[in-house]
Amino acid sequence: MSPHRDRAVLALPVGERDHMQGPANATVTLVEYGDFECPHCRRAYPIVKEVRERLGPRLRFVFRNFPLTELHLHAEHAAEAAEAAGAQGKFWEMHDRLFERQFALEDDHLIEYAQELGLDAARLERELAAHTYKPKVRDDFMSGVRSGVNGTPTFFINNVRHDQAWDVEALLAALEGVSEGVR
Amino acid sequence: MTDTMARAAAGPLVAGTAAPDFTLHSTPDQTVSLHDFRGRPVILAFYPADWSPVCGDQMVLYNEILPEFQRHGAELLGISVDGAWCHLAFAQQRRLHFPLLADFEPKGAVARRYGVYRDGDGTTERALFVIDGDGVVRWSYLSPIGVNPGADGILRALETLGTERG
Repeated sequence: MSPHRDRAVLALPVGERDHMQGPANATVTLVEYGDFECPHCRRAYPIVKEVRERLGPRLRFVFRNFPLTELHLHAEHAAEAAEAAGAQGKFWEMHDRLFERQFALEDDHLIEYAQELGLDAARLERELAAHTYKPKVRDDFMSGVRSGVNGTPTFFINNVRHDQAWDVEALLAALEGVSEGVR
Repeated sequence: MTDTMARAAAGPLVAGTAAPDFTLHSTPDQTVSLHDFRGRPVILAFYPADWSPVCGDQMVLYNEILPEFQRHGAELLGISVDGAWCHLAFAQQRRLHFPLLADFEPKGAVARRYGVYRDGDGTTERALFVIDGDGVVRWSYLSPIGVNPGADGILRALETLGTERG
């Protein structure tokens, strides 16, 4: 059998292009590859939120797009809408809104959310129509493929794929284990 | 125990082996043969069963990555012991754009020739093969049965073949 590395690691390091929550000098970085229309990612959303609250400044959280567009017909536009909101400084507000309103992801809804968040909704609508952020979403997706993302959500803790459970306690234990090892 | 040892002894065909030819049903009234694809790379993805319960299952993931495989001129074939009617329903529900082959009768015969049949379970292993245009296995990988191997290994193997277009 051909050699194959045992542990999947992040092929594209976290950097300027990413959307981050938490301090840049945090001891632990959690990266999620997710899809706004995926029910499992929807389930992970409050879990990540709680983990962030419990770890405070020790944790930095990064979200990258991994839309399964053949399975989830609204996932690509939702991802592009989040990026469009990000271009106007409100990626996380849109990220949260999309997971909270996962049952309503038609284009009209996306534009409505932009209005509610106080964004330039006309610009977002134009950028969706022009697929302005499609290359960014595709880059996220391919970086996931090259990192061994094998479904959604897939988490990486300090660059290593987390293959265990991701309920609050399991995720906290894994993050704290890494955080203590770093010190 | 004997079962486990027999399994370990077989193992997937390794790089450099001539890939055994086969003809299997892709739909109830169509068949696909390995030799149909001579001249371009073929990715054979053996997987245990249709209808895996997770969103991002292996075939759904490969479906999304299909354009990348095609950039290398490669053909993707999924294979399991499920029947052609089952494959048809699964492919329609998940909107798959590549053939799923039914290693159904005699059950698992192709998987056995590739060294990836699980006797005790009656399914194939989760195993990947990249076969070059001359019909030679150039890369193979056996994944733990419960772990979706992703696509990175396949893409690296295709890059090694150097069949990328423009």
